[in-house]
Amino acid sequence: MSFSSELLIKVLVVLATAPVMALGLTLLEVKGSAWMQRRPGPLHVGLRGFIFPLATAAKYFQKETIIPKDVDEPVFKWAPAWVIAAVVGLFTIIPLSPTLIVRDLELGVFFLLAISSISTIGVLTAGWSSANKFSLMGGLRAAGQLIAYELPLILSVVGVVIQAETMSTVGIVEKQIEFGFPFVIAGQGIAFIIFMIAATAEMMRTPFDMPIGESELTMGFMTEYSGIRFLIFYISEYINLFVMCAIASTLFLGGYHIPLLPTEWVNFYGPLVLIGKTFTLAFLLIAIRWSFPRFREDQLQTLAWKVLIPLSLLNIMVTAIMKVVF
Amino acid sequence: METIDIFSYFLLLLLLLSGIKVVTTSNVIHAAIFLVFTLATTAILFILLSAEFVALVLVLVYIGAVIVLFLFGVMITRAPLGPNAELDNDQNKLFATLISLSIFGIFTYILLQTFDSTVVISEGTSTKLLGEILLSRFVFPFELVSFVLLGALIGGITLARKDNALMDEDQI
Repeated sequence: MSFSSELLIKVLVVLATAPVMALGLTLLEVKGSAWMQRRPGPLHVGLRGFIFPLATAAKYFQKETIIPKDVDEPVFKWAPAWVIAAVVGLFTIIPLSPTLIVRDLELGVFFLLAISSISTIGVLTAGWSSANKFSLMGGLRAAGQLIAYELPLILSVVGVVIQAETMSTVGIVEKQIEFGFPFVIAGQGIAFIIFMIAATAEMMRTPFDMPIGESELTMGFMTEYSGIRFLIFYISEYINLFVMCAIASTLFLGGYHIPLLPTEWVNFYGPLVLIGKTFTLAFLLIAIRWSFPRFREDQLQTLAWKVLIPLSLLNIMVTAIMKVVF
Repeated sequence: METIDIFSYFLLLLLLLSGIKVVTTSNVIHAAIFLVFTLATTAILFILLSAEFVALVLVLVYIGAVIVLFLFGVMITRAPLGPNAELDNDQNKLFATLISLSIFGIFTYILLQTFDSTVVISEGTSTKLLGEILLSRFVFPFELVSFVLLGALIGGITLARKDNALMDEDQI
């Protein structure tokens, strides 16, 4: 197969997978919250609530796109594109099996950190170009939060990279198989917790949703968006949830591998295992979202700079020392 | 001409156009966004030169951090929507053209003199090689740079922090 046709097939597969995963996670979130809070809608309406996400998507498609008069139009219109491009780009390095991966980059983890930082530009420009003080406040809060939590996200992954001696995502999973235990048990437990907290903050999900905070900022940087552009922000939030949980399962929970299954069949059960692990982690984040109140802005910054960053630096130091000693 | 050549000429054209837009636009945020395009095309050119690490550093540090801080700074201090007349400066246009043309000439001359069709890395992964060289042959400059960064960090904190003792003196 030539390079260009292979590329085309890979791109089409990713573009088909991403919205499906987002729909699945939306369903999980809606049904999870309904189950936790006894909401009748998502549990009973329309085929026991299973067409709920599709109905939501259809609703946004038929809504009118409103562009306020004073906005900076090109910047405003293209802001959702930054976010979704960055999020979908991360599918490149998610390994469903040693061979079922878009590209096993040698610098996989580094690629993750570099590409995921692009979505901040989308959030900031959305907040600025809306010509609305709530949007601007939301954008500023988002920027402060994303900059602060990007550091613990990067630093917590460094421990894994040191332990695995590679940055390729397939390489990290293979190292865990060789070792016999996933990294969450074998030395990177703290890094896993830091990664999940920082990833939740990067996704701006409750309890880290100060930039959106509907009770004080209406919808933060998304206030002026409607119709299809709002849907893009909404979908990319769930694609991001999938990607971050998939990366966390790959780096810390052994990825596509589970013990006792024959390794030669990994192309068949690998995708199911990884998606299963991803949805379990996502369910954890959904349960947290519907149980906890929002952080105050100063508490949020204190947690990042005074707790998570020193802790992850300590984790790197201990991992490096252990690596040299053993 | 091969496909890759056409692709890289297209990228160079894009780089040139976005670079020109960065300096000619009279809207700060638009300039920052065009700078993102400039940096992204540079990153793609580095990937074509199989220097993936440099490309990703460009994305992580410049697009992910520097541009974000740019936007953040502009939004915090003054965020006018629409063009800003102060950004245009007609007096220095000739001078600026001369300087940029001379810089272009000097760099072209140096690059052609030194690296014309020289193969720098022929085998092995460039990232691994880079790591090994940084921590063996260039370990002293590497550590020196980290001290410079530490100095900048301390300087930044000193400038930004409110010193309570000094504040009290001022108030008296």
